[in-house]
Amino acid sequence: MEFFALLDCIISPACLISQTAGGLKIAMLLFLVASGLTLVFGVLGVINFAHGALYMLGAYFSWQVMSITGHFGLSVILGALGVGLFGLLFERILISRIYNSDLLVQILLCYSVVLILDDLVMIIWGDEFLSSLGLPEIFQVPPLFIFDAIIPPFHIAIITISFIVATFLWFIMAKTKFGRLVRAAAINPKMLEALGVNTNIIKAAVFMLGSFLAGLGGALAASLGSVVSGMGNSILIESFIVTVIGGMGSISGAFLASLIIGMARSFGAIAMPLFTDGLMFLIMVLVLVLRPQGLMGNKK
Amino acid sequence: MPFLKKDNFQRDALIGVFVWFFLIIFYHIFPYPGIHDIIQKVFILGLFAMSLNILIGYLGLIAFGHAAFFATGAYTLGLFLQSNLVTNFGGFSIPIAMVLAVIVSSALATFIGIICIRLKDIYFSFLTLAFQMLIYSIILALVDITGGDQGLMGGFPKPPFLGIDLGNPFDFYAFTIFISLITIIMLRQLIESPFGYGLRMIRDNSERPASLGFNNQRHKLIAFIIAGSIAGLAGSLQALLDVGAYPEWAFWAKSAEPLFMILLGGMHSFLGPLMGALIFEVLNDFVTANTRYYGLVLGLVILSFVLGLRKGLLDWLLIKFYRK
Repeated sequence: MEFFALLDCIISPACLISQTAGGLKIAMLLFLVASGLTLVFGVLGVINFAHGALYMLGAYFSWQVMSITGHFGLSVILGALGVGLFGLLFERILISRIYNSDLLVQILLCYSVVLILDDLVMIIWGDEFLSSLGLPEIFQVPPLFIFDAIIPPFHIAIITISFIVATFLWFIMAKTKFGRLVRAAAINPKMLEALGVNTNIIKAAVFMLGSFLAGLGGALAASLGSVVSGMGNSILIESFIVTVIGGMGSISGAFLASLIIGMARSFGAIAMPLFTDGLMFLIMVLVLVLRPQGLMGNKK
Repeated sequence: MPFLKKDNFQRDALIGVFVWFFLIIFYHIFPYPGIHDIIQKVFILGLFAMSLNILIGYLGLIAFGHAAFFATGAYTLGLFLQSNLVTNFGGFSIPIAMVLAVIVSSALATFIGIICIRLKDIYFSFLTLAFQMLIYSIILALVDITGGDQGLMGGFPKPPFLGIDLGNPFDFYAFTIFISLITIIMLRQLIESPFGYGLRMIRDNSERPASLGFNNQRHKLIAFIIAGSIAGLAGSLQALLDVGAYPEWAFWAKSAEPLFMILLGGMHSFLGPLMGALIFEVLNDFVTANTRYYGLVLGLVILSFVLGLRKGLLDWLLIKFYRK
């Protein structure tokens, strides 16, 4: 454990700012993916173990669009939309059969889909790492220097995109009719049905939105690093951590928890390089023991 | 007839002895190392899955961090046999190492169990998952002791004891099956005892036993500790087989394996998970020999069990032909 290294970093503005920016980038990318997971759990009551596989699909889809068109914005949007459509089919064909099944059945069904998708992308795109097709030209500029801290413009772009999505998500959930219906479906779906609302459509739409968010995270990640089968596994576990810490089903909780995990990863990498992952799980254990409903969850 | 009662120890012991001799004769009739290897692994993984099924099938608790105990057993045995203590204990090293593996994993299960059983449903599952990944991270971080992501390298000695040399394939085969059968027979006694029916009672309606003055939490904890220690025993056997221990054994994907076996074999019959381990291993062997896309095949098989059969194979067979 190198706590002095951490101390050195905190008192130096350059290190502090670059680590904070790095943590923010991790946090916002994580929030995109985790918000989809927590939304699906909150409304559908399903733990979507295949969420990481959807993230991976987003990366592959956007890589494919990028290699055909070479347009960054198009590849991200089409990649995410493609995963949204895939999610809709997935929900209609498989997930809708297990709404009332127990947890074990849900885990096994989703995990079998993970196994299938991991191999399918290998069959379609090969099992080599697909390297990122590079950043779009507007981001190929010298990095920003703030107090000697180096911040790549693309990280700022990712933080901004995620922030816009977060605001948009909040707006949909809090201010629109659809958002009110979704919240009502989460609390009392039977009552909503009695009032003449088709909750199946709402469930399908929420799952589609959740898949879209996972796909968007994957599409952005594809431009940062390489694309490979099984790349969704680690983000799946991190999304679980965020969901649990924030409170299952709470989007604002997921936002707070993403920030905590992002900073823990960024600064933990300096203090305990070998135990960065362990730190996240330690936080998860502490939250579950001290406040099982999560930081911003409601006690049932 | 008392001999045919479900909890008759003599009957189970007789069946166990019969199975053991049968498998030993089988070893000599079919001298194919590949088949012997599958049978060994079916028993090791079967023990792992059966121990998890105490929690899932009989108690209704979906533990998702069971591999933590499997890995603890494996690392305890490996580290003990790599240490200098082996020279002191000589021929008794392996039995001592296995007992130690069970003790350490049951101690860990006691600690994790006390904290986890307070939570219900999905929160219980997530806390067991978090603890398992914490242990995985600790294994990776303690590079000096555990070898980090490389695993316990360099092998360890397997000194013969009581004339059993585990370096010899036949001795290992007979020993593994013997230990597994003894454990399974003891587990059967436990499951058919009043304690075992207490577990089923908690699963079916936890409020009724509690209102009858039954200590639910203590029953859950004892079941958790027993499940963890059997998983540790399975892990120690696996470490003896592979002459090493690997961090992947503590990764969450390793906890999914016994879930698959329980699903494939059936959670409501005592030997279901063992049958699931057989299906899992045979499938693994057959598919990896023919295609690289093992995950695709396994995924489709699981999907067809989840949506099609809706129960494990042994459960299905028993309902169709026996339990009517």
